[in-house]
Amino acid sequence: MSAPPNLSPLLAANPRLDQWVQFQAPGRVTVSTGRVEIGQGVLTAMLQIAAEELDVIPERILLQTGDTDLTPNEGYTAGSQSIQFGGVALRMACAEVRGLFLDHAAAAFGYSRGDLAVRDGAIIHRGVATGHDYWSLTLAVDLRRSATGSSLGKSVSDYRVIGQNTPRIDLAAKVFGGPVFIHDMALDGMMHARVVRQPRRGATIANVDEAALRRAAKGPIEILHHGNFLAMLAEDETVVEAVAAVAPGHVVWGGVDAINPFHEEARWLLQQPSIDRSIGAPAPAGAMPGVGRHEATYTRMHIAHASVAPSCGLALYRDGRLTVWTHSQGVYPLRDALARTLNLDPAAISVKHAQGPGCYGHNGADDAAADAAVIAFRNPDRPVKVRWRREEEFGFEPVSPAMVVSVHAALDGVGRPADWTTEIWSGRHTSRPGGGGNLLAAEALPNAPPAPPAVESGYPPGAGTRNGEPLYDFAAKRIVHHLIAETPVRTSSLRGLGATLNVYAIESFMDELAEQAGMDTVAYRLSLLSDARARAVIEHAAHLSGWKAGVPSGTGRGRGFGFARYKNLAAYAAVVAEVEVDEAVRLLRVWCAADAGLVINPDGAINQLEGGIIQAASWALKEGVRLDTEGISSRDWESYPVLRFSEMPEVTVELIDHMADRPCLGVGEAAGGPTVAAIGNAVAHALGARIRDLPLTRERVMAVLLKV
Amino acid sequence: MQPIQLLVNGSTISVDADADTPLLDILRNHLGLKGTKFGCGLEQCGCCMVLVDGKPEKSCGKPLSAVAGRNIVTIEGMGTADRPHPLQQAFLDEQAGQCGYCLPGILISAKALLDRNPSPTRAQIAEALDDNICRCGSHIRILRAVERAARLIREGAAR
Repeated sequence: MSAPPNLSPLLAANPRLDQWVQFQAPGRVTVSTGRVEIGQGVLTAMLQIAAEELDVIPERILLQTGDTDLTPNEGYTAGSQSIQFGGVALRMACAEVRGLFLDHAAAAFGYSRGDLAVRDGAIIHRGVATGHDYWSLTLAVDLRRSATGSSLGKSVSDYRVIGQNTPRIDLAAKVFGGPVFIHDMALDGMMHARVVRQPRRGATIANVDEAALRRAAKGPIEILHHGNFLAMLAEDETVVEAVAAVAPGHVVWGGVDAINPFHEEARWLLQQPSIDRSIGAPAPAGAMPGVGRHEATYTRMHIAHASVAPSCGLALYRDGRLTVWTHSQGVYPLRDALARTLNLDPAAISVKHAQGPGCYGHNGADDAAADAAVIAFRNPDRPVKVRWRREEEFGFEPVSPAMVVSVHAALDGVGRPADWTTEIWSGRHTSRPGGGGNLLAAEALPNAPPAPPAVESGYPPGAGTRNGEPLYDFAAKRIVHHLIAETPVRTSSLRGLGATLNVYAIESFMDELAEQAGMDTVAYRLSLLSDARARAVIEHAAHLSGWKAGVPSGTGRGRGFGFARYKNLAAYAAVVAEVEVDEAVRLLRVWCAADAGLVINPDGAINQLEGGIIQAASWALKEGVRLDTEGISSRDWESYPVLRFSEMPEVTVELIDHMADRPCLGVGEAAGGPTVAAIGNAVAHALGARIRDLPLTRERVMAVLLKV
Repeated sequence: MQPIQLLVNGSTISVDADADTPLLDILRNHLGLKGTKFGCGLEQCGCCMVLVDGKPEKSCGKPLSAVAGRNIVTIEGMGTADRPHPLQQAFLDEQAGQCGYCLPGILISAKALLDRNPSPTRAQIAEALDDNICRCGSHIRILRAVERAARLIREGAAR
């Protein structure tokens, strides 16, 4: 049977209404979402959506989230899709539940359906209480039924909770130091464990000096050595942490090939074998159209997620059931990957989300959970907590791949692109465990799974190709994508995926073309853009920043512009950056205008945009993973510096038409690419010369200054 | 092993642990005070910041023996939901945070600043927080929140 046509895809996949809403305790509503809190305020937005469509005050709602025993399977909390897809499913489910209660009340008590409404859970007739409510009717209205999509929810003009700046439901506990993170969890009889990581996939343990490990410990430890998986356990975390610090010195590995440290710079990708494909307009046969040509190449190093704390996982194996607590973005995919790793039935595994530090993509969270699961599986009845070390997180999390992007354009008589190619070289941007069993612990066990094949998501949204196609009105545009299967280090998704460098390249190139055409860069963009919403954010950002055409370049102070619609499907964002450059770049101000369609919580969306801007500024100015022959060598905050408080710009963010009756558009990743581009263009304006390789470090600025 | 005495959030506590044990482990695992967070164990990120005799100190690298008899204040000692410190109130007012993992350490650094300088400039606030890493990019709101807290404290003192 096919799903009803109106049904949101996630509701179609999880159609039972009682999976989303239950009225168990009097006066309380249990609302479930497969989405999890990873620091974005998503649960607060979900609460607002449910309160709005059920017509109850938010305080009545108990949210269940990210639990394979309790919540719908929504895959990953990722890709700026929580509100755009998960929120829509929840809205539709809640609206249908409300409608079913009203239908029942009308039929059972002889009211006209059109005269009924819900007020804080109570059913009212022409504004007067009927004496019935969700809880008194809960036995009569069976929610163990499939959603039909019969109700699309309220109209925007009726919203009272959606669109409000409801305070974050999770923030107070964090500000008062509550034990809210997985790192703070403690179970009775819990063992603390640390893992000695394989230096590389396929490395084998030649020798473990267990006596030396025990001598180094200030208390009793247990050693688990299974295949190439090596872990130490202790009741006392201080003891096991101290051993973990020295343990690598007591293990001899075989099968470790040295890597080439020069591969930390992205241009090595150009010489690698690749899986190639083209997207978009076919390449022109014969002579290129147009009268002019322009071509430029932009690069970026590997980038770390650099979560503020290393990953953590807890697990307990008891009576044939494995329970795992994790800050993974996807409890269901992790459950499937753990089932394969341990050869267990997925039904014998419960995976429960617990909050962790912001992850911004696929960091070590899944791997830490797998570590705990593997250790717990071999230590039944004893809860196991694995907290990675800082060096471990930097050294072994999957990083965002290095990239090279070349843009080639044929230009018409007035310097506008008649034919545009974005050519992209990149390692894989997606290798989450659900897809290919990519878990470090699994790789270390006997019968390790084969390395997951390199894949690229379909376009759009794409992964490495994300935002590779400019939104501008060019007669012909295409992406040529070279997926590099073998990279020196493990790579996976980081906020924005390929969009960050693709937008940097496109928007830098647009700046270069505008300059060649003798036009202001904002006016040049607008002359090539018919999408009304895109034009509106560009004009608004220009207005916010007091953008002026014709400001001379090379003065040491500069302004730059950047624009994209994330994935060409989600929120629009335009950014202006202002910098001062002497020997290094100082970011002074950033202005951003964004159109995210209907916004559930405007302050929450602005918070996400601000955070995205600052994180992207850090990528642009500072970040690049360092390699040595043994792997990632930037294993602390000194070798992997990020932007600090004293380096903060002033930031202004405004949303456009956020209460308009339009679909919600994911906003969490929208500002990254435009910010990096705006900073790059501002630096080029300040210097009068362009740096096409990120990050824009002091060394690179000095190299330009010496040439000028 | 002699028990070591500490003053934590106003209470004298006797700790029976190895003298090398990091103060952070004492707080989290021996005393159950989970508000102070592990971030790096390398004294680089500020997640584990506590006040030691009024000064902000990273507790991950501070052995128990070094804080014997000292006056330690953690995030739990700053305020509660019922009686929030003006900084905590200001952070909620400004919605200053995303994942929130760095916030206890930042609040401690900010308290140390406001205790010695009730009217800091934005640059002085940024400098005081420069030992604390926030990865979500909540910095702008955090800076605003500390400014707001300074106002709250000054207004409270003036009343």
